[in-house]
Formats: sequence, C-alpha cells, structure tokens
Amino acid sequence: MADEKKKGTKFWQAIAQAQAYEMEANPEVFVAGQDIEMGALWSTASGLRERFGPERVRNTPLSETAMAGLAVGSAVAGMRPVVEIMFVDFMACCMDQIVNQMAKMKYMFGGKAKLPLVIITHQGAGTGQAGQHSQSLEAWFAHIPGLKVVMPSDAYDAGGLMTASIRDDNPVIFITNKRLLGLRGDLPNEAYVVPLGKAAVKREGTDVSVIATGRMVQEALKAANDLAEKGVSVEVVDPRTLSPLDSDTILNSVRKTGRAVVAQEAVRFCGYAAELAAQIADEAFDYLDAPVKRIGGPFSPVPFAPNLEAEWIKGKADIIAAIEEIVPVGAPA
Amino acid sequence: MELTNDKLTDMFTRMVRIREFDERAGLLTEEAKVVGSVHLYVGEEASGVGVCSTLNDDDYITSTHRGHGHLLAKGGDMNKMFAELYAKATGYCHGKGGSMHMSDLDLGILGANGILGAGAPIAAGAGFACQYRGKGQVTVCFFGDGAASEGAIHEAMNLAATWKLPVIFVCENNLYGEFMSYNSQHAIDDVSDIAQGYGMPGVAIDGQDVLAVHEAASEAVARARRGEGPSFIETKTYRYYDHVGRDYGVVPRPPEEVAYWKSRDPIDIFRKTLIERDVLTDASADKIVQSVRDDVEAAIKFAEESPEPDVSALLEDVYTEVTA
Repeated sequence: MADEKKKGTKFWQAIAQAQAYEMEANPEVFVAGQDIEMGALWSTASGLRERFGPERVRNTPLSETAMAGLAVGSAVAGMRPVVEIMFVDFMACCMDQIVNQMAKMKYMFGGKAKLPLVIITHQGAGTGQAGQHSQSLEAWFAHIPGLKVVMPSDAYDAGGLMTASIRDDNPVIFITNKRLLGLRGDLPNEAYVVPLGKAAVKREGTDVSVIATGRMVQEALKAANDLAEKGVSVEVVDPRTLSPLDSDTILNSVRKTGRAVVAQEAVRFCGYAAELAAQIADEAFDYLDAPVKRIGGPFSPVPFAPNLEAEWIKGKADIIAAIEEIVPVGAPA
Repeated sequence: MELTNDKLTDMFTRMVRIREFDERAGLLTEEAKVVGSVHLYVGEEASGVGVCSTLNDDDYITSTHRGHGHLLAKGGDMNKMFAELYAKATGYCHGKGGSMHMSDLDLGILGANGILGAGAPIAAGAGFACQYRGKGQVTVCFFGDGAASEGAIHEAMNLAATWKLPVIFVCENNLYGEFMSYNSQHAIDDVSDIAQGYGMPGVAIDGQDVLAVHEAASEAVARARRGEGPSFIETKTYRYYDHVGRDYGVVPRPPEEVAYWKSRDPIDIFRKTLIERDVLTDASADKIVQSVRDDVEAAIKFAEESPEPDVSALLEDVYTEVTA
C-alpha cells in the first residue's frame, strides 16, 4: 500500500520535467525567478540549473516588476521565458507588466508583436500563511483579454499544460495550487501536450455536473466518490484552461445532467465560478432542473488561525451539501 | 563613431522631421482631425536623435508616451505615423494604438508606452535577449524625469546592473512631469545621481546639443557592446509645450525660464554648428526644412485618404493563433 502511494510522478516534478524537455528542444527557452537556481521554492524548477547551467536558469532580484518585464522584453525580442512569481499574491506587485504590457502589446501594436512567455505562480489557502500568501486570484487574469490562464488540477495535466504553455506564442499565466504540488500521476517518458483551451471530464456521471477549478477538482472527485455510495452519479468537469474557456464541454455536460454546481477556492463574490454559472444560465437554461449552485470562499481575507482558516476553505463537504440541495439523495432524477 | 558630413546632415534632417511632425500633430489635434491626445517632443529633438544616431536597426529601444520623436529618430515612417494618429487602417498599429503606442518592431522599437516607467523592465528583458544571443546588440530605455519616480525604473536598473545587461538608461529631463515642475518632484538636482546607487556610470549632459548627446551615448553604447553593463545618461532638455497637446497655459511657467530654453533651441544650435563647419549653408538647411515640410503634408494627405479599420478587425490580434 505504501509502495502504491509512491508510484508515479509528482505534480511539481511534472512541471520541472516539462520545462526540461522544452529547454532541451529549444535554446530560446530560459527560466528565471527568485530561488530558481535551487529548483524554486515549490521545486517546480528542480534539476534545471544542474542540467542547463547559469545562462538559462537564473536567480533574479526580489523584484516582481523587473521579473515580469524580463519576461515581456525578452519574449518580444524573440526568446521564450518561463518566469516564476513565487506566490500569486506577489503578482499584485507587477500587475502593470501583466495587464498593461504583455496582454496588450500585440493588439496595440497592430498585431506584430509575439509574446511567447509563461508566468508560473502558486496560490491557495491551507498553509497557515494568512492574508498575503494564501489568496486565489485567477479571476484577475482571466478578466484580461490577451492573457491565457491555465490552472491544472493533477500531475498529468500540469506537465502537459506546461509544455503547451511554453510552446504557445501568447502570454500564459500558469497557476498551481500549493496543496496539489505533491499529488502523483502517471506520465509519459517524453514531452507531451495537454492542449490549452480544452476542458476535461474527470469523472463521468448522470445526475449533476460539478464544474470545478484547481484544488476544487480534487475535492469534487472525493465528493463524487462519497455520493456514489448513496446512489448519486456526479460528473466532474475541469476547465483546465480558464482563458480561453472550453465552454462547449461544460455546457454539454450540464445539458446531459440537468444540474450544475460550480466550485472554486477563491472568494465567491465576483469569482471565476460566477462566469461559469452565467454561461450555463445563458446557454443551457432550458436544460436545468434546478438552480445552479455556486461554491467559493467567504468575503474575507484568508485568516491565520488554523480554526478560522479551516472554516474559510471550502471543500468536499461543501460540494456534497450543494449537490444534496439540488439532487434529492436516494431519489435521483 | 566618426561623424561624416552625410551622417551629420542625416541627424539634422531627423531633428527637423521630429519638429515638423509634432508641430503639425499638435495643430491637427486642435482641429480635431487627430483622435485622442498627443504628447509633443518639440524642444527635445537633440536627445532622441543624439542617442539613436549611435544605434543600429537591430538594436532595441523602449519609448514613452512622448514617443513620436524616438520613432522618427530611429527611422520611423511618417505616413504610417500620421495614419495612426488619424486612426486609419494603414497606421503603424492599424488604428488600434494611436499616439501612445506607435511602434515599429522592424526598427527594434518595443513600443511607445502609456504607462510611465513601464518600458524600463521591458528594456531589461530585451537587454537580456541581446546578452544571451551575444551578437553585440544593445537596448536603450528612454524615459522622462517624471518616470524617474516610478518604481519600475529602479527595479529595472538594479536588474540590469546586477546582470550586466547591455542597456542604456536615457532620462530625458524636460523639467516637467505632467504640469508639475521637476523641483517639486525630486530632492536631487541631477536624476543621474541615482545611477551610482545601482552600480552603473551616470552622467548629466546638455540635452540641447546633439553632438554632446551623441558623444555620451557612443561611450555608453560601446561599453554595453563590450559586455561591461548598463549606463545612465540624463539629457537636460526642455518640453516646449504642455504635458499634452500644445500650449494651453494650464500652469504658466516663469517667462525667463521659457526665454532661456528657447534661446538654446536644439535645432538652431545644430544648424549653426553645421553651417560653421561648412556641412550646410543657410540655403541647403532651408531646403532640408522645406523638403521635410513637403513630406509632412504628403503624409497627412496619405493619412486623410486612408481607410478606417474594418469593424471586423475589432477582435483580431488579441491573440497569436497557435499552429502547433
């Protein structure tokens, strides 16, 4: 049993491997960030410095605006940077480069600029780090035309989406959830792609669709397991790429099941799940047998005290409760 | 760099092109023929031309909201510039950028920029690409004294110095940020004093003398090409017009200040020098000015006769299509 658990590649290793494959294949790819030479705080650049040397694997000053600008300037000058911003919270320090520069350069310059860059960053609560190291801010980036936003929920997708992100000619914000980084998965022994803009049905079901992002995908899968024992069949859909969004896969699932729960870890108010709920209301209203339920964090900063933080974070129990509100347990529709 | 008579004449011509372009751009805004607003470079021509006279086509620059001059200094096409001001499909940005985003990537221009100081981190990034490729390219970051208060400038200088990037930071101190005077925004007399704090050489020079600018830039560019890292040049210059548009007299300036700077007009100074050196005569200088004016009128005509962007272009070029 213990050996079984050790099988497969961890989420963070999948990301490091994907970068290594692309660095091997393309001398224009380089990685930079704080503590990147030691493999990055979250280990997502493990082994790269040893393999590719100091020219291509570079520590930066603690200077998010300069780091994001490094990505923009080197990309528009023909390179393919992967720059890490250690916590998504720190993206607040460099939002000009993200929002006003990398996202708009191509459009504002009449289509000429190409910005093949990846900003990888890490988010999520549950690590006792309080208000400035725990947020989930994916909606900030998904709101901006010109950015692509990627949010993998398992190791396989993390590796394949990173490969696709590096190969993409657009700025990609690649967001992990810190508590997923130790998850394991079976990966190919070579570079592979999970295409951007394609959602995945992570579990098929017939009674209700849970459309979840990031860590909430894993929570939804656990909820689906528990509910299966009660005779409720839950379908779990993971958009994987928040922008561009594969709306068809989501809407087809909801049209099939007739019920939908949308779930995110981020603060519920004005969150990404609200966009999902709105699209379902716009495009699949006639198929709905119940209101769309929406799960997200309370409208407060993430608190420090473990009991408060535990209260703040939504998860499996909240998903089950939401499903039970719209699917009568024991008498599925 | 040896300045041949041809090169000197070319520098003079570029300065005149900037002056004539921006004077007309200002007028056209008042006539509401040009969409939005323009930030005019009139009075600062020696700075942009002096620096860009040391660059090759494959060197990069980042520019500012006051960017027409930099684009013309590096060889920009007036037709495409006026067409962009007119928001026409034939403009540099196909009518999607306007005055503040005119760029020519083929000339290594990574944008004019509507955000103060934002070009500096981008210049550091382009500088890294130059260093990585090892072909001796350099990047120049133009910014103003106002932007010197922005954190982005300081972060970029620190990164560039730490990594020894081939970047030249050129602070064009035109004595005004928006409508506020330099002294109300800074505690130091020379912005270039900050260079030492980041470990790079910094000089403050006469920004109205294009030959002085050329000389300082030549030294900084040569240093960068040798792999010795970034430099900082402050060109002391003067913004003839208001922050935006021409002279609306929003905040009156001291008349003696205006008189002093107009007595040091960069084009007058250079014209006098070139005539003294027998590079030009009064007649040949006048001829250049007239020829530029003809080009300006022709470019305006081109812009006026060009089509607007098709509405179908609205959603084009938000993303680069991925073929892989």
